[in-house]
Amino acid sequence: MARFGMVIDTAKCVGCMDCVVACKTENDVPDGFCRDWIATEVTGSFPELSMEIRSERCNMCDNPPCVYCCPTGASHVSEFGKLVQITNDKCIGCKACLAACPYGARFTHPDGYADKCTFCEHRLREGKDPACVSVCPTFCMYFGDLDDPNSEVSRLLKSRKSKTLLPEAGTEPRIHFLTDKAK
Amino acid sequence: MSAAGGLPAFAHDALGKSEALGTVATICDVCFWKCGAVAHLRDGKLWKVEGNELDPLSEGRLCPRGTGGVGAHYDANRLKWPLIRKGKRGQEQWVRATWEEALQTIADRMSKLKADYGPESMALFTHGLGGSFFKHTMHAYGTPNIAAPSYSQCRGPRDVGFTLTFGEGVSTPERTDIANAGCLVLIGSHLGENMHNTQVQEFSHAIERGASIIVVDPRFSVAAGKAKHYLPIKPGTDMALLLAWMNVLVKEELFDKEYVDAYGYGFDAFAAHIAQYTPEWAYPKTGIEPSVIRETAREMARHRPASLVHPGRHVTWYGDDAQRSRAIALLNALLGSWGRKGGFYYPASVDIPAYPYPDYPTPRRPKADNPGNKYPFADGALTNGIREATTTGKPYPIKGWMVYATNLLEAMPNREETIRAIQELDLMVVVDVIPSEIAGWADVVLPESIYLERHDDLHLSWFRQPFVGLRQPVVESPNDQKPGWWIARELATKLGLESFYPWKHIEDYLRTRVESAGLSFDELKKHGVILGPKEPLYFDEGVPAEFYTPSGKIEFYSPQLEAAGFDPVPQFTAHEQPPPGAFRLLYGRSPVHSFSRTQTNPVLSEMENENEVWLNEDIARRYGLASGDYVRLKNSEGTTSNPVRVKATQRIRGDCVYMTHGFGHSARGIFPKYKKGASDGQLITKYEVDPLMGGTGMNMTFVTLELEA
Repeated sequence: MARFGMVIDTAKCVGCMDCVVACKTENDVPDGFCRDWIATEVTGSFPELSMEIRSERCNMCDNPPCVYCCPTGASHVSEFGKLVQITNDKCIGCKACLAACPYGARFTHPDGYADKCTFCEHRLREGKDPACVSVCPTFCMYFGDLDDPNSEVSRLLKSRKSKTLLPEAGTEPRIHFLTDKAK
Repeated sequence: MSAAGGLPAFAHDALGKSEALGTVATICDVCFWKCGAVAHLRDGKLWKVEGNELDPLSEGRLCPRGTGGVGAHYDANRLKWPLIRKGKRGQEQWVRATWEEALQTIADRMSKLKADYGPESMALFTHGLGGSFFKHTMHAYGTPNIAAPSYSQCRGPRDVGFTLTFGEGVSTPERTDIANAGCLVLIGSHLGENMHNTQVQEFSHAIERGASIIVVDPRFSVAAGKAKHYLPIKPGTDMALLLAWMNVLVKEELFDKEYVDAYGYGFDAFAAHIAQYTPEWAYPKTGIEPSVIRETAREMARHRPASLVHPGRHVTWYGDDAQRSRAIALLNALLGSWGRKGGFYYPASVDIPAYPYPDYPTPRRPKADNPGNKYPFADGALTNGIREATTTGKPYPIKGWMVYATNLLEAMPNREETIRAIQELDLMVVVDVIPSEIAGWADVVLPESIYLERHDDLHLSWFRQPFVGLRQPVVESPNDQKPGWWIARELATKLGLESFYPWKHIEDYLRTRVESAGLSFDELKKHGVILGPKEPLYFDEGVPAEFYTPSGKIEFYSPQLEAAGFDPVPQFTAHEQPPPGAFRLLYGRSPVHSFSRTQTNPVLSEMENENEVWLNEDIARRYGLASGDYVRLKNSEGTTSNPVRVKATQRIRGDCVYMTHGFGHSARGIFPKYKKGASDGQLITKYEVDPLMGGTGMNMTFVTLELEA
C-alpha cells in the first residue's frame, strides 16, 4: 500500500489561503477552527528581506507521537495510505494528542473529539487529490506516494532542495517543503 | 422552483450515495474575473464551489474568494427583501416592501423625472457582468449616463495610456503573456495578494520556469518575495524610474531597433527627450541606485521581446496615471514586447450576435460626465463627472441614481462629495446583495440574488482562448431576493418599455443569442463553457501588426497629445511628499476579499476579519507601537479612522503605511465588519484628477498616527 505524502513548493506559494478555504468547505470544518493554515517567515531588514510562505497541516508523521500517546486507539495509522487518522467515536477528548503534536495540527472539535487534517481520505479513495492540493491556484502542492520512486513527489524530492518542519522532534514528517528556486 | 430561478436539473449527476450529490457549471462572481466554476450540491443544498476544468480562465482552480463563494449564499447579513426608506437619507431606516411596491415607486419617480428633466437626468453606476440588463433598461429609458468606477477609479488611465501608444488598451482579463515571459516587471502590482486568478496562475508558472522577476513597490509584497530584483521605490516617483529605464535602453542601444524601426513613430524626438533622464537624475527622486536601474534595464533587454512590464490594473494613484501608463507602454515598445510571445498577445472572443432588440431612443443631450470634453482622452464615462454634474446641476440636472453592485462610498474618493451629490437627487436606488454603505443612502433598496442563484448575460471576454461562458443558478435564493435580469425587466415593463424585452425568461434570451451563433445552448448549460477556435496570438503567428493610432504606428511621440496641450512624451511630475510625522496612505488587495462586497461572507470573514495598518517596524518602535496595538489614522483634513491594528513589519518603507481595501465599515447592516478595521475610502478625501482622462488619483492621502489610550 502507498505511503502518501505531500511536497509543497515554497517558491510558488503566495499564501492566499485557498487551501484553508477549500478544506473548510470540503470537510465542514466548524467555525473558528481550521485543519490547515499559512505560516510566513520573514528574515532580514528592509529592504534586504527574504520571505518563506508555507501551507501547513498535520504532517502525517512516520513516527507519530499523537498515535503513541492515545489511550484509546482513536488516533491510529490507517492501512489506507499509512495515514494518521482519528476514529471519532473512539476518542474520549482527553487532548493528550493535542499536547503531543509538535505542530499544533490538532484541535478539539465542538462535538468533543480530536480533529485534524485527514489528507481528505474520502477524496483519495475516489482517486482525487486532497481538496487543498486540487484548488491551489499556484500549483505549489503535490500529493502522492513517497514509497514510489517514480511518483511526482519522489522525483521532486530527488531533484530539489527540501526540508521538513522540526526535524529535531524525530517525528519524520511526510510533508516536505521545497526551499530552492524551481528550474 | 421559482419562475425567476429556472434551476437546471442536476439529479443526473447523482452518485447514488446516501447523500444525493449534484453539480452545476456556472461562473464565479466573487470578483469580476468571471472564472468558470462548478458548484456542488449535497442533498439539494449548496456544498462547495470548485473551478471548471473546461474553463480557460480558471483551468479548474478558483482563487480563495471563489472557493469561499459558498459563504455568499449562506450569509445571514444579506439583503433579504425590498426596502423603502423612512426617515432621512443615510439613516438606514427602512420599511419592508413588496417587489410590486418597490418597483412601482421607482417607475413612478423615473417617469416623473423623464417628464420634468428628460431621461438624461437618470444615471446608472454599475459594476460587473450582472449590470448588463440594467444598462439595457437605462438605454431603453433614454439616458446616456452610465458609468462604472472600474474606469475612472481603477483601470481607465492604463487603457488610455496604452491606446495613445499602441492604439489599443490592455482590457480585461489583461492580455499579458505572463505564462511565457522571460522577464516580468511588476510596478505596484501585488499578484499573489491580488488574486486575479489567471494572472496568479501564470505568475506561478513564470516562477517555476525561473523567469526573472523585478518588483517595484514601497512594500515588500508577496511578489517581491519571489523577485530576483526588489526595488523599494519612494512612493509617487515611478515615472522617474520608467524614464530612467528607457534612457538606459536607448543610450546603451539595448532596445529592439528592428521592431522600433518597423512599427515606431517619432522615435528620434522621443529619444532626444529621454536623453535627460539618466539613472543619476532618477536616483534622488526614487531612492533607487543608478547601478540597480542600469542592471534591471539590462535584465529586461536580455529577455526581450519576452520581457513584460506589467501595466497593472488599479492604477489611479497620482493623477498623472495615463501618462505613467503611457510610459509603461513605451518601455514595452522599446522591448518589442507588444504582439510578441512573453509580452502582450492579441486576444480573441467568440462572436455571438447581440439580441435583436429595437433601436434605443437617441438621447437629446450627450452624457453629462465630461462637459466641453474637458478630459479629451476620456474614452469611458466618469463616475466622478456624473457626481459633479449631480451636485452642480451642470451641464444639466442629474436627479436620479441607480447604483448596481458597486459600493460608491468605498470606491470613489471623498465620501462627502458623494453624499452631497446624493442630497440633490429625487430618486436613489441601490441594487445589491449586502447592506453596503451606499445602500444606506438609498430611497429604495432592491436585494439581488447572488451569482449562485441567478442567470446573467453571456460571458464573452477577450482572451488567448476564445470562449463563451454561462452563469446559471445552482440553488434558490433564501429570501425574497431576485435576479438582476428579472429586476431590470420588471422595471422596464413598469416604465412602458416592454417592447425592449421581447423575451419572458432570460433562458429564452440566452438561447436565442447562443443559437444565433450556431452553438448549442444545451451544451453550454451542461458544460458552462464552450471554447471557440484558437486564433493567432502574436505577430510571428500571423497577427497583422496594425496599430489603431492616428499614425498607424506605435507612437513614441504623440502628436495628438501635443495638439491637445499635453506632453507628447511623458515627463516627470514631482508629487507632494508627506510632511514630517505623516505617512502616505497606500492600499491594496487581500487574497480573501473583493473590495467590500465579501465582507459579510462568513467563510471569507473567518480568513480575514479586519484589516491591519502596515507600519515600518523601526518607526513603530519610535512610537512605542508593536504588532497588535491599535491606532487611529488621521488624514490632513482631520478625518479620523476607526481603531486599526498595527502590523509592525520590516516589509514596508518608513514614509508610507499600507492597508487592504474594503474594511472599516460605517454601514450598520454589515454587522460582522461594522467598524472593524479602517477604511481607506473614508480617509481618501484628497485626490488628483488626471487631466487627460478624468481618472482620480487616490494615493495622495497623508495620515498621522493617533495612539489609542
